[in-house]
Amino acid sequence: METAVRQQKGAGVAPVIEALHGRFGAEGFVPQATHDGIPTVWLPKERLLEVLRYLKHEIGQPYGMLYDLAGIDERVRVHREGMPDSDFTVVYHLLSFGRNDDIRLKVALPESHPTLPSITGLWANANWYEREAFDMFGIRFEGHPNLRRILLPPTWNGHPLRKDHPARATEMEPFSLPEERQEREQEALKFVPEEWGMQRHSAESDFMFLNLGPNHPSVHGVFRVALQLDGEEIVDAVPDIGYHHRAAEKMGERQSWHTYIPYTDRVDYLGGSLNNLPYLMAIEKMAGIEVPERAQVIRVMISEFYRIASHLLFYGTFAQDIGQMSPIFYMFIDREKLFEIIEAITGARMHSSYFRIGGVAMDLPEGWAKRIREFIAYFPPRLDDYDTMVMENGLIRRRTRGIGAYTTNEAIEWGATGPGLRATGFGWDYRKARPYSGYQNFEFEIPIAQHGDCYDRCLVRVEEMRQSIRIIEQCVNNMPEGPHKAYHPLTTPPPKDRTMHDIETLIQHFLSVSWGPVIPPGEACITVEATKGLNGYYLTSDGNTMSYRTRIRTPSFPHLQMIPIMSRGLMIADLIAILASIDFVMADVDR
Amino acid sequence: MTVGSPLNVFGILFSVITVSALLIWVERRLIGIWQDRLGPNRLGPLGLMQVAADMIKIFFKEDWTPPFADRPVFFIAPAIIMIATLTGFVVIPFAPGIGVVDFNFGLLYFLALSSLSVYSVVLAGYVSNNKYALLGSLRAAAQTISYEVFMGLSVMGVVMLAGSFNLREIVEAQRDVWFCLPQIAGLVTFTIAAIAEMHRAPFDLPEGEQELVAGFHMEYSGMKFGMFFVGEYLSVTLNAAMMVTLFFGGWLGPAFLPPLLWFMLKTSLVIIFFILVRSALPRPRYDQLMSFGWKVMLPVTLLNLLVTGAAVLSTQH
Repeated sequence: METAVRQQKGAGVAPVIEALHGRFGAEGFVPQATHDGIPTVWLPKERLLEVLRYLKHEIGQPYGMLYDLAGIDERVRVHREGMPDSDFTVVYHLLSFGRNDDIRLKVALPESHPTLPSITGLWANANWYEREAFDMFGIRFEGHPNLRRILLPPTWNGHPLRKDHPARATEMEPFSLPEERQEREQEALKFVPEEWGMQRHSAESDFMFLNLGPNHPSVHGVFRVALQLDGEEIVDAVPDIGYHHRAAEKMGERQSWHTYIPYTDRVDYLGGSLNNLPYLMAIEKMAGIEVPERAQVIRVMISEFYRIASHLLFYGTFAQDIGQMSPIFYMFIDREKLFEIIEAITGARMHSSYFRIGGVAMDLPEGWAKRIREFIAYFPPRLDDYDTMVMENGLIRRRTRGIGAYTTNEAIEWGATGPGLRATGFGWDYRKARPYSGYQNFEFEIPIAQHGDCYDRCLVRVEEMRQSIRIIEQCVNNMPEGPHKAYHPLTTPPPKDRTMHDIETLIQHFLSVSWGPVIPPGEACITVEATKGLNGYYLTSDGNTMSYRTRIRTPSFPHLQMIPIMSRGLMIADLIAILASIDFVMADVDR
Repeated sequence: MTVGSPLNVFGILFSVITVSALLIWVERRLIGIWQDRLGPNRLGPLGLMQVAADMIKIFFKEDWTPPFADRPVFFIAPAIIMIATLTGFVVIPFAPGIGVVDFNFGLLYFLALSSLSVYSVVLAGYVSNNKYALLGSLRAAAQTISYEVFMGLSVMGVVMLAGSFNLREIVEAQRDVWFCLPQIAGLVTFTIAAIAEMHRAPFDLPEGEQELVAGFHMEYSGMKFGMFFVGEYLSVTLNAAMMVTLFFGGWLGPAFLPPLLWFMLKTSLVIIFFILVRSALPRPRYDQLMSFGWKVMLPVTLLNLLVTGAAVLSTQH
């Protein structure tokens, strides 16, 4: 309750909302207070396009990036005080680099007629986001060029993120595959170039269609690109995703706040505990938990370890995809050393789920600093070796320079973040721009490159590893003393010191352990600079032990959408270099 | 033209195939060591029995022919590479008195057979009726044609210096100095062309695992795949032996080792060099490979030819 009051007071009216009122009048605009402080406003459906156009093109310091677009099924939500009636809500989350600020726009839709105008004309990356909202909620976007299912198979019945769609196999009929259904499914899998927006032949030549994936050594997981080829030249490349969809967002609605933590590790499965961070910070924001300093520094340290681990794997596979067999083996050895440290601290290697609501699972073990210092001394010379081996290799340069390049403006238009954005010469890093978890206390640089091509994307990541080592070194040298977890009833596991003294605390503890903490109602979206770009968790709590809606904004999803513009006119071998340089993880795309 | 005894013929056939099979193990172990791994080391001493295990596996695997392939050619294609490379060994002078035949156009015969082996790859990719295989065979055809041109030219300097196409005479001509010194440009270009002809990394574009998955031999399994596999090692051995003959003095060497051992030692070192190249270098793109061949390697070989010719002329007069 206390936090609810605080947010009301703190909200005020944001300048951008005032600007909207000044331009369009206050009528129909309903502001909403949220825990994350992002200006949030409901607007009528009719005004959507003009408001978005105004925010993107006309307002001073415009909102250039469509950061996220997602739906919410509001039909069973209890705590909706002050919000307009809505069955389905579509949320537009815009990001302005000039203002270093966000805005969240919400449009209410009735169940009977959930349609909206498409904004694909305004933002190129809205294409996949709108398809996802259609797939998950059945919201129709009028004027969308290709409104088909994106994550689920075309034969799927229903829209899974609707609250009336079953979440468990036991709530559904047993699965069966009669012959007639099998034929229907197979028919749906047939490749028809026209459905993908491709022509079979041009005036001069017949095109060849090559199905790259879902099982191909260079697509790093289950991912498919349909290629339209003229000889070996790529006329068009259409990515097809959804083979790795595991309903992570739906699971968020039926796992307790605490038990969902391990799922976040597995979204970007190379990022490990780094993915816990945005999820937990969003919960902590809603619960009003202050994380103690020591826990913050531990979190930063572990996050940077995972960043190095992920970048190392990227580096090795990047060289391997260009045909250099050996570097990945050396890098796996380094990664092994790194995982040994992580294992010594957290008890697990890749998916440690080490962070908890309010802090981390346990304090650092004895002698932790020694091994890390050894690694800090060992690793940078190895990176120098790899520079000679990979980055200075003439063949690698020839294969990757000028390939798959895009400009800063294109990157922003398509929602590209992380190293892919910084490789274009735009030094925007969330850790610097909006420091979280104490990043403002660390000295590090934001590596950038100039050309935005495959080579530069690799170059930025290599330099980021050096910066991560710097941050880790500062963590080791300045680790503060104190508790590793906040003293707060909503942390998990909850404090136990008073449970044997009074019955109230005992019951509270019992409930918090068996049901999990009850997070006060509200909304918060927290973003971090993850290994592959900006990773955000937009949580909606309805005052329950489980999240009402868990929206995961992952960096890889928009990055894959850029493949066509990056690869047209190049050759198959270039496409492989481009795929390698994006550094995606399919679980991060499909969730 | 003299022909060796049956003992000679079968001895060479047997040892060449054994060496090629052994290369499966050698390559895996060496690359393993260079990559800070162990490689196969469990089966028998040093993991040597891995070769036998691999062979047993490959013989007993289902020999599957895809229904959409052109059956007769699908069968013939892997045989071509085996036949072409094995018959290539016919002209190699292993040591004085050891060799199958000895005839005056040995070098030309080798060049002819090495270009014949590309039919294997092209046909295999073409009749597999698979797009990846087709792309692989397209690449193989273009690559072989481009690299064949200067492969032949790169050894002409050696021919000029030795004054013969007969490989034994070429070896004898290196008594004073191995041709790797005066023909350093020829050596480099021949090495590159040989790697391209063998389709070994970094010029393994017809297979290009990361791009074409397996390329031309995608639809092959069992022993038919095994023939491509062993065929590749056979051609590694053949090309290494040829490099030793042309540039490293063949069987010549100080007398403390018998000539045959010298030849084997040198050939092994060249093979190890091929393996090292494979583990070190990334793969160029298809068009880069082409333009490298035509725009860099061909002019270099021609220039080498010009200089060698001038030098030979000036010493003769």
